[in-house]
Amino acid sequence: MKSVDVHVHVEHLTRIEGHGNIILDVEKGKIKQCQWQITEAPRFFEAMVVGRTWDDIAEITSRICGICSIAHTETSLKATEAAFGIVPSEQTVLLRKLLLHGENLQSHILHACYLVLPDLLGVGSVFPLIQTHTEAVLTITRVHRLANELCELVGGRTTHPCSTVVNGFTRIPSPKALETFRGRLEDALRDVQTIAEIVGSVGGKFPRFERETEYIALATKGEYALYDGDIASSDTGAIPDDRYREVTNEYIVPHSTAKFTKHARDSYMVGALARYNINHALLTPGARKAAKKLGLAAPCHKPYLISVAQLVECFHSIEGGMKLIDVLLDRGPKSEPISVKPKAGKGVGAVEAPRGLLIHEYEYDKNGVCVAADCVIPTNQNHANIQKDMEALAPTILERPEKEIELTLEMLVRAYDPCVSCSTHLLKVRRRS
Amino acid sequence: MKPRVAIFDFACCEGCELQIVNLEEDVVGLVSAVDVVSFREAMKEHSDTYDIAIVEGSITRQSDEARLKKIRQNAKILIALGACACISGINALKNTRNLDVVKKTVYGDKADWFETYPARPIDAVVPVDYYVRGCPIEKHEFLSVVKSLLLGKQPEIPNYPVCVECKLAENQCVFEKGMFCLGPVTRAGCSARCPSAGNICIGCRGLVDNPNKESEREVLERFGLSVNDIVARFTLFGTYQEVSK
Repeated sequence: MKSVDVHVHVEHLTRIEGHGNIILDVEKGKIKQCQWQITEAPRFFEAMVVGRTWDDIAEITSRICGICSIAHTETSLKATEAAFGIVPSEQTVLLRKLLLHGENLQSHILHACYLVLPDLLGVGSVFPLIQTHTEAVLTITRVHRLANELCELVGGRTTHPCSTVVNGFTRIPSPKALETFRGRLEDALRDVQTIAEIVGSVGGKFPRFERETEYIALATKGEYALYDGDIASSDTGAIPDDRYREVTNEYIVPHSTAKFTKHARDSYMVGALARYNINHALLTPGARKAAKKLGLAAPCHKPYLISVAQLVECFHSIEGGMKLIDVLLDRGPKSEPISVKPKAGKGVGAVEAPRGLLIHEYEYDKNGVCVAADCVIPTNQNHANIQKDMEALAPTILERPEKEIELTLEMLVRAYDPCVSCSTHLLKVRRRS
Repeated sequence: MKPRVAIFDFACCEGCELQIVNLEEDVVGLVSAVDVVSFREAMKEHSDTYDIAIVEGSITRQSDEARLKKIRQNAKILIALGACACISGINALKNTRNLDVVKKTVYGDKADWFETYPARPIDAVVPVDYYVRGCPIEKHEFLSVVKSLLLGKQPEIPNYPVCVECKLAENQCVFEKGMFCLGPVTRAGCSARCPSAGNICIGCRGLVDNPNKESEREVLERFGLSVNDIVARFTLFGTYQEVSK
């Protein structure tokens, strides 16, 4: 190796949610520092939920993240229901699953197309593509709009849903609205096909890099787990969600306002690619076909292809959404009474957010006042894996021009779709003394 | 020359910036009328030369202040985007507790590694020209504020309570359903979104300028409530406004 000097300092990496830095310092061919730093302002959500009553908790924790507020809301509601011993109705579960598909589609299109695609096409953002790739941008926008409208129909609002409450929904979509939406989802399959072809045509631009790691995702029988399941590891198998601490083992590092996690190895991955690796056989037929066309095969150890796994899940969320609407229409959507009796206890909720495994745990007193909370965010779980990937990747690209090294590292972090404000926004709380 | 627009964020969930992206096809029209020169969440390029700065998020640490002051210096017009920037929103919930205890419960013996102070809205640090409220913002309200500015007009921001819009939407009154609602004292502009979805108003847009004058006294009296009763429960989004009084 030549005695190269490299100094890559990316302060406030762009086209990711939140604030983080990439540092690579190489002197005479020797790596002095190689670090993924999280500099987001901590928001101390724990201090916000403790002392509030049960019906405020999801309203507060939804605000951890603007992009995956629906996953946060549902995880929060599930945790509160578990603490109170509430089992929501079949309709509530079906609607929550449908809503989660809407958010998954919205978030994946946002990431794969608005944030990642510009790198593959050699531009700094999606804005110049409006001129150069007008049709493509309009197709992407159409799917993004559709996903948001699905969230609005079911959740009352695209971000921070407002019809979702403990043990139910305050508004149920009409059969007619659902039926119309089913048709629109079916039409959207063509658009997603077009988007997959666009990304597929520049797939060669994804940097080549492979590092096997531990993959963790929810898993359940007969379904590609998003709304619930056990916590499954590619290394060690599955355990129930209320034993999540055995998996997450959070720890604090000085260069990050977000906590890090590790399980069987130094790091593990959560998110679309982890889900694909663990649950691929349970994807809808259209999604499996898309994976084949896009050249994605399980197990895949290429972190740059997280975006491809997200596109595959877009097919799944559209087809899965159509199936859920069929069941809802078959049962006949109806307004249901919502009753909640608070009681003292602890409860855990786990959901697959677009970026991966999300866990909330709350403890309530007998009046339903929250006395303790713990939340483990997908991006927290990926931080260590991003760091380990960077450490493995950096030595192999030192000979390249500095700008290319910078872009390759930026694309790596971006691939994980980090949700940095999420990851610094809710941390462990202990009971008030 | 097209006006140059820059978008920034401090402590927040970035959900309000997402509403700008959620304008979908309208973004295409918008970027033909303005030059977006800085938007970290969506683009790599950055410039410090801009006319309009749009700022999301609350100020929660000393080091944020210098950054915000520089943005104010650079911009002719500064717009506060969303509840965190306008009224400190959910972030201010931590202000009611002892900050040392707060830090220790989160980061344990590593508490001193991390900088924080009580959350404040951006107008506690620099003057703000326009406020786009809500958690998250209503995207069409954002669009109308930007359009007004481009046309050189004063944007029209409602200063009457959500109750007015709720009645227009012909919703059954939330109080009649036996639930508690902040609609009578909360600034409108959301088309009573939450009550229309069967829920209660949680006050994310902040108080109307003079809740005592503007509130729906009739509604409240019918349910044996006073304006003060309602303002006292304005704690989810109103902590900063209330604590600073």
